[in-house]
Amino acid sequence: MAEKKNVSRRDFLKTSGIAAGALVGGGIIGGVIGANTRQDTAAPSGGEAGQSGGTETTESVRGLQFFKNQQEFAVLQQATERIFPEDDLGPGAIGLGIPFFIDHQLAGSYGENSREYMQPPFQEGEATQGYQSRLKRNELFRQGLQKMQQEAQGRFEANFVDLEAEQMDEILTAFQDDEVDMQGANAQFFFRLLRQATLNGAYADPIYGGNQNMDAWRMKGFPGHRPSYINEIESEDFVEFDPHSVGDMLS
Amino acid sequence: MATTLDKVDVVTVGVGWTGGIIAAECAKEGLKVVGLERGQERSTEDYSMVHDEYRYAIRYELMQDLSKETITFRNSRDQKALPMRQLGSFLLGEGLGGAGTHWNGQNWRFLPYDFEIKSMTDAKYGADKLPAEYTLQDWGITYDELEPYFDKFEKTAGISGEDKNPFWGKRSSDYPTPPMKKTPLLSKFETATSNLGYTPFMMPSANLSEAYENPDGQQIAACQYCGFCERFGCEYGAKTSPEITVVPAARATGNYDIRFNANVVEVMKEGDRVTGVRFIDTVTFEEFIQPAEVVVLTSYVMNNAKLLMVSEIGQMYDPETGEGSLGKNYAYQILPGATGFFDDQMNVFMGAGALGMTIDDFNGDSFDHSDLDFIHGASISMTQTGSRPIASNPLPPDTPSWGADFKKASIENYTRTLSVGGQGASMPHRDNYLSLDETYKDVYGVPLLQLTYNFTDQDRALHKYLTEKAVEIMEEMGAKTVVGRSPISDYDIVPYQTTHNTGGTIMGGDPATSVVNNYLQHWDMENLFVVGAGNFAHNGGYNPTGTVGALAYRCAEGVIKYSKDGGSLV
Repeated sequence: MAEKKNVSRRDFLKTSGIAAGALVGGGIIGGVIGANTRQDTAAPSGGEAGQSGGTETTESVRGLQFFKNQQEFAVLQQATERIFPEDDLGPGAIGLGIPFFIDHQLAGSYGENSREYMQPPFQEGEATQGYQSRLKRNELFRQGLQKMQQEAQGRFEANFVDLEAEQMDEILTAFQDDEVDMQGANAQFFFRLLRQATLNGAYADPIYGGNQNMDAWRMKGFPGHRPSYINEIESEDFVEFDPHSVGDMLS
Repeated sequence: MATTLDKVDVVTVGVGWTGGIIAAECAKEGLKVVGLERGQERSTEDYSMVHDEYRYAIRYELMQDLSKETITFRNSRDQKALPMRQLGSFLLGEGLGGAGTHWNGQNWRFLPYDFEIKSMTDAKYGADKLPAEYTLQDWGITYDELEPYFDKFEKTAGISGEDKNPFWGKRSSDYPTPPMKKTPLLSKFETATSNLGYTPFMMPSANLSEAYENPDGQQIAACQYCGFCERFGCEYGAKTSPEITVVPAARATGNYDIRFNANVVEVMKEGDRVTGVRFIDTVTFEEFIQPAEVVVLTSYVMNNAKLLMVSEIGQMYDPETGEGSLGKNYAYQILPGATGFFDDQMNVFMGAGALGMTIDDFNGDSFDHSDLDFIHGASISMTQTGSRPIASNPLPPDTPSWGADFKKASIENYTRTLSVGGQGASMPHRDNYLSLDETYKDVYGVPLLQLTYNFTDQDRALHKYLTEKAVEIMEEMGAKTVVGRSPISDYDIVPYQTTHNTGGTIMGGDPATSVVNNYLQHWDMENLFVVGAGNFAHNGGYNPTGTVGALAYRCAEGVIKYSKDGGSLV
């Protein structure tokens, strides 16, 4: 069960004395020992390591571009893992590198709302009029993750990352049902954003830092970038392909 | 101080399909044309790494930068309109080719019924078939009059199709290229709809079935079925777009220049003529005046209407009195349909934007509406456009939207789900219209366009009826679980629906109830033309581009005539 693995991973982190943000997802340790990207992510999430031979690259060093506080990042890791958990099909959010994907997105135009209309006056409207908050996505994420931590303390007197899976789900559901107060924003919108960002990180091309080893594409049967299906489009049978990243075009 | 540029014969505001067609036709006739495009130059080479769902489909790489300009929206007049701060319901294009770059390539001619909808509905069902608040009107042109222009656009674009639909208008010639490949998935739809007594046919497609040279000498390549069309540009030059056809044709004459990063903020006028346009360089914010003998507004629906409004050309529509025409008859589309869950995995990730089969048995007036509380209908299609994994997470009923069960179900069903969808026609309503916002402005200080829009009882009735038809088809296709789309309530600008916005600068036969005549020439200013889906007096049951292309060729003919003879063209 995914829940059990989550717990055991947290136990490992506690006993190892290494901050969760540095280890889960494998970046820093993996980088230090020079393991390849696949092994970095597969090892801590309990998957099989190295089955198709990734290459050693400096990209295997992972770090944070937006979050400064490792506790906030750890909340993000656990929350996304609950949304997209590891199971018998394959890795979950942490194993896929989704928290790093989200961190990197929050540091750039996505997080800064650079292509959204952000002129005042800001005023609340009908749900059909869409999001009207003054908060940028990266501000919303920080507040939302801090609120999750506060909810964990308030409800269970524990850190979010130390909660049982069901307790994390209870808090996530409270956000989904808009039962948590946020400042200048609403919890339901934050939950939807978090959920969508998790799916973005799962299934975006690995050039963005998630979908490690294209494992989410493998689970789903999506081949990624292929130039043509003209020879297969009339096939009566389902055709399986080894996936390719659009980044392959540059190498 | 604005810099005044050398006068040209024709200036177009925007360079997508309409701007490109006007430019190509006028430049071939020897007119000096300048296209002002607020986005950037781009070409097939820019799409070589386009198979990137996140960048293009989720983060909207090719779409309008809303930080500079958006619209405001409300459902009804008693609400305060607020800005559409993020893209959602529809995707506004930007850059060379406009929406013609990121379209799917589904290319239709509106039905003969569409152009004479008021007369034909009244004649068959009586004048009170719909209540008076539905502001239906004829378009001031018939299908037969527009047919040569449809034909011309299809030959420019090399459309792939088959003339097997008994319900559409008579064609003067067959499609320039044969239909696309009929895949096993499309065959499922074909068999099911045939069993139900309908008449399926291959969707007319601008993803070409074979390489083609158009009458202008431009080459279009053969589609590779890679599954990345809508929201993307084509890396093969196999999805017909302005930048591989009419734009190079115009440039080849030597009479055409495009100025990029040029955001027009005003149509300048003197008495009953326009004199040119004022634009701002989006990079330097320098201001320019481009004088011209003829101005053609060729931007998207929203911006064409906005430019007329801020330039105070024409009479604003007033929903209280029904007077005025500018902003009137904004329409959209409604999307009935059904999703089917199957046992076997299917190649849903392969495809092309216009790879599909359609029935028109419930479109236009193909079926009797005597006992129905709506008019018109929808084309019903099954397309195989290429499902992509971020956006496609199909869930059977009662599946949670996150967590372990979500993950399992969305992965299981990604390759085991098909959809049948209708493009439901949208009838104009007194309370659905475009105007100028009084609070919010764009980055250049110009008021934003304001949209007041909601679904109507006609829409809800049409949606319900057509969804039932789609469910029957999906059941006949053998899905183990079939889910019809939920009934519609209020229009919501958040989720993506369709980029088939229409109206606001409608065409017609009467200056009191339309903005432009049937050459798309402005009723009040004879050297001003306004062309695009904004000319539609209502929205039909198909994608708009084929009809927009035809109107653009009609408009080009008008501009050329006007340049020679002057005066009103009607």
